[in-house]
Amino acid sequence: MSTTDFLAAAPAAANDRGGAKQPLLIVRELKKYFSAKTRFLSLRADQVQAVDGVSFSIAKGSTLGVVGESGCGKSTTARLLLHLIEPDAGEIIFDGEAVGASDGISVRDLRLAAQMVFQDSYSSLNPRATIGDIIAFGPRAAKGVASRVATQRAENLLEQVGLRASLFARRYPHELSGGQRQRVNIARALALEPRLLILDEAVSALDKSVEAQILNLLSDLRDDLGLTYLFISHDLNVVRHVSDRVVVMYLGRIVEAGDVGEIFRRPLHPYTQALLRAMPSMDPDHRTSEPPLTGDPPNPINPPSGCRFRTRCVFAEAVCARVSPVLAAAKSAIGGSEDGNDPLRPSRFSSGGDRADREHQVACHMMVTGSGHSRAGAGAFGHD
Amino acid sequence: MIEPPAVKVDNLRVRFRQRERLIHAVNDVSFTLAGGEVLGILGESGSGKSVTLRALMRLLPANCEIDGTIAVAGDEIMTASESRLEEMRGGRIAMIFQEPVTALDPVFTIGQQIAETIRRHEGIDRRTAKRRTLELLERVQIPSARRRFDAYPHELSGGMRQRAMIALALSCNPRVLLADEPTTALDVTVQIQILLLLRELQRELGMAVIFVTHDVGVAAEISDRLAVMYAGRFVETGSAAQVLKKRAHPYTEGLLAANLHGVAPGTRLKTISGAPPNLAALPPGCAFAPRCPDAMPICGTMPPSVDCGGGHIACCFRTRDRLTEVRDSTTPAVSLLPTTVP
Amino acid sequence: MTEISLVDPALVPEVAAGLEPRGYWQGVGERLLRDRVTLAVAAVLAVIILLAVFAPWVATHDPLQGSVLRRLKPVGTPGYFLGTDETGRDIWSRLVYGARLSLICGITPVLFATMIGGALGLIAGISGRFVNMAVMRVVDVFYAFPSVLLAIAICGVIGAGIGNTILSLSVVFTPPIVRITESLTTQVKNRDFVEAARASAAPLLSIIRHQIVPNVLGGMLVYATSLVSISIILSAGLSFLGLGVTPPNPEWGLMLNALRQAIFVNPIVAALPGVAIVITSLCFNLLSDGLRSAMDIKLPA
Repeated sequence: MSTTDFLAAAPAAANDRGGAKQPLLIVRELKKYFSAKTRFLSLRADQVQAVDGVSFSIAKGSTLGVVGESGCGKSTTARLLLHLIEPDAGEIIFDGEAVGASDGISVRDLRLAAQMVFQDSYSSLNPRATIGDIIAFGPRAAKGVASRVATQRAENLLEQVGLRASLFARRYPHELSGGQRQRVNIARALALEPRLLILDEAVSALDKSVEAQILNLLSDLRDDLGLTYLFISHDLNVVRHVSDRVVVMYLGRIVEAGDVGEIFRRPLHPYTQALLRAMPSMDPDHRTSEPPLTGDPPNPINPPSGCRFRTRCVFAEAVCARVSPVLAAAKSAIGGSEDGNDPLRPSRFSSGGDRADREHQVACHMMVTGSGHSRAGAGAFGHD
Repeated sequence: MIEPPAVKVDNLRVRFRQRERLIHAVNDVSFTLAGGEVLGILGESGSGKSVTLRALMRLLPANCEIDGTIAVAGDEIMTASESRLEEMRGGRIAMIFQEPVTALDPVFTIGQQIAETIRRHEGIDRRTAKRRTLELLERVQIPSARRRFDAYPHELSGGMRQRAMIALALSCNPRVLLADEPTTALDVTVQIQILLLLRELQRELGMAVIFVTHDVGVAAEISDRLAVMYAGRFVETGSAAQVLKKRAHPYTEGLLAANLHGVAPGTRLKTISGAPPNLAALPPGCAFAPRCPDAMPICGTMPPSVDCGGGHIACCFRTRDRLTEVRDSTTPAVSLLPTTVP
Repeated sequence: MTEISLVDPALVPEVAAGLEPRGYWQGVGERLLRDRVTLAVAAVLAVIILLAVFAPWVATHDPLQGSVLRRLKPVGTPGYFLGTDETGRDIWSRLVYGARLSLICGITPVLFATMIGGALGLIAGISGRFVNMAVMRVVDVFYAFPSVLLAIAICGVIGAGIGNTILSLSVVFTPPIVRITESLTTQVKNRDFVEAARASAAPLLSIIRHQIVPNVLGGMLVYATSLVSISIILSAGLSFLGLGVTPPNPEWGLMLNALRQAIFVNPIVAALPGVAIVITSLCFNLLSDGLRSAMDIKLPA
């Protein structure tokens, strides 16, 4: 750690308004529908229900992992959180203050407190600007920080993410490797001293050895700077490693949520189970013999009625097409407690918090007695 | 007469000229692949795995220098004429890619493309070609094959496109299939379907397959034999089980240790120190030495290929030393396999 | 051709050896310097521009001074080495002075069009659907006219003369520049780094200035250079038709028109202004191509 660190050791604590028990982020019933092109003379436009009633919360200092396959809406959700896309419905509450409300926090202030780290790609960094300028742009432009101060801060950030400022500050993005560019992405996000960092597939494009380095870096930064993370990834291994809580999305909805240990050891939703079984086996002597799920993820335009997973679910019945399952706390699974506390991986957070933050939630008719599904109330379902 | 191996590569070297620099992408790769076998090539970006694959079909750009010999089912590739190569591509040896868009022409339906390929290679009439195409589409598990015959690539989902590309590659019954990270861009539930499909097809058709990937799990699922590639060289080869479990080479060990599977969550990950090698200025001797936790002074010279028993080979001085220790200190009846690098 | 993943660019020796960082424009410059065709073309253009600038010193006679006795002398006449025109004026001197006018009529309208069209295109690209539609549909209307006819129509209305020529051509060239700027802006706007800039709560003007404009400028420059070559031909054409520069000014198009009748008497002399137009226009065209190749290189991902 650099001793000439301009950033306060834990700026998050200094800006804390809601207190330790207040979740940093609460999202309620977030919705975003896109209309696809109307066919000529058609009365109703095709709708892409990209995000359809998503709710979750993130405790301060924790990491929430969001997993799902393409089309599930996780990237759209990330952009809705920062108001890069305008939500159609729903509330976002940042540290106790509603975003956009007259007595809450403005979108501009939200953006200064919540930043995003993008996937490394050719276009994640301005190809015509030097690394130093890229990092200093935010403070200069948004907070009016004096140019020289901003440059100095950029150089400190570079050191903090593991790049020698003297070597890298004047370089251009195309002269850097993928891992180095990703460090720059992180430094850029940190330049505005945010409290929440949204990482959208931040390590997906990297080689595994580089990925490990970046994950270690992110973990260090979280501890040093008191950050909170929302970690979006399609890679279950990565999500398991970094998250405290996990949310599984399918076609714009959350199908399961819970502590990471619970989700990975006792997945309740058939989709989550399939996802976990779909991970390739590491043992050449015990290979996968059957694909857990057939077919492709369905088209997000005009999704299936009721439960969206029913078209690929082995257990689908008539009720699944009629009624959409609601995300609710799962009744005790065999061997588990209701609040989802995993005795083998004790939570780092005080148990006095809101029950809803800690519980294991599922959106499936099989888990709700009286839902009309033939297997409802029969207890926890097969997991491997 | 003994059947020639499906693929035989000897001392393959590929160099690219980029302005003033000479980039050594592939450095002395040799291997033999029998029919019906799946060879996985595991490596990160810059390891040379994709270049090796393209060299096998002579799909490299004009500004590269290739040395060595490549024989596919007994036919020499390096000295073949352009027309002979065209015959072979598709008929003897076919390739599937990471992005189907590179293989599928967007202005033709997938049915047209596959049927045309069949007709061009085998000269049969249109109706038979269409019938064969439909059979192929069904074999790669594309539902409603008749309807999908008339679909354009952009109308299909990612998984479907990948299957269509596989159908295209298999249309002329190639002896060898080259796969360049075909599942990297797919969702995990689709990826496992494609991997299983490939395994099934490979078994049915008795094809030899070379599968390039950077994902250890994928390599474990698909490979019979596995080669770990670093800086243009095979640093470890053997059966998939041998390489993944015994890990004779420090790079393999580092690669698997950096893998998240089985690591306790929240703990610090072990990383390989340093950065990928500069292919324009490779060090003499072992290219991994600058990053190797076990490096010794002798690593400045080229390490030998050490046989760890049962066809498991690693290019490492440490491995050789460890093997000799075991051999010296124990009776010959004990296994000669080295212990894994701690 | 399929992309091949080669060596990780970070391990380029420059970084390791601490060599100077190489920005995009430096890279462009280096590639240009290696492109022999473009260098040759640039040299020719430099010569033409220098001749135009130093016309008073390079010309051998007064371009406006003619003499009936010396009409239509052929190439190689002592003292008038490129011959004389139909009123006895020295061709070489007229060509050299004419270069000034042609270059001005070529470059200036493109300059104006770039400034105005660029601004409009930027605005259209950045704005929401309605402003974008409003601007682009108006541009489409202008696009419906072939450029030559549009130029003729405007000049026909406002009259001849060099100022009007420049004005008319500026109007003709603004729509294509709006279109290409809008297209480039839209592409750049959707890239991740612009989204990151928006997410940093930076004011819009800042984002435009630092993120968007530097990435759009390259494409605009290439396009503008190719427009210059067209502009030279169009302005010559307007003068040829009597709608551009007025006699007795030495302008290449005007000279072509005047020497038309002489084509059977002295074809080479009659063709000389045409040769000048072609060479200059072609040079700008090739320069534009060279710039496009130099800038189009895909940077390693």
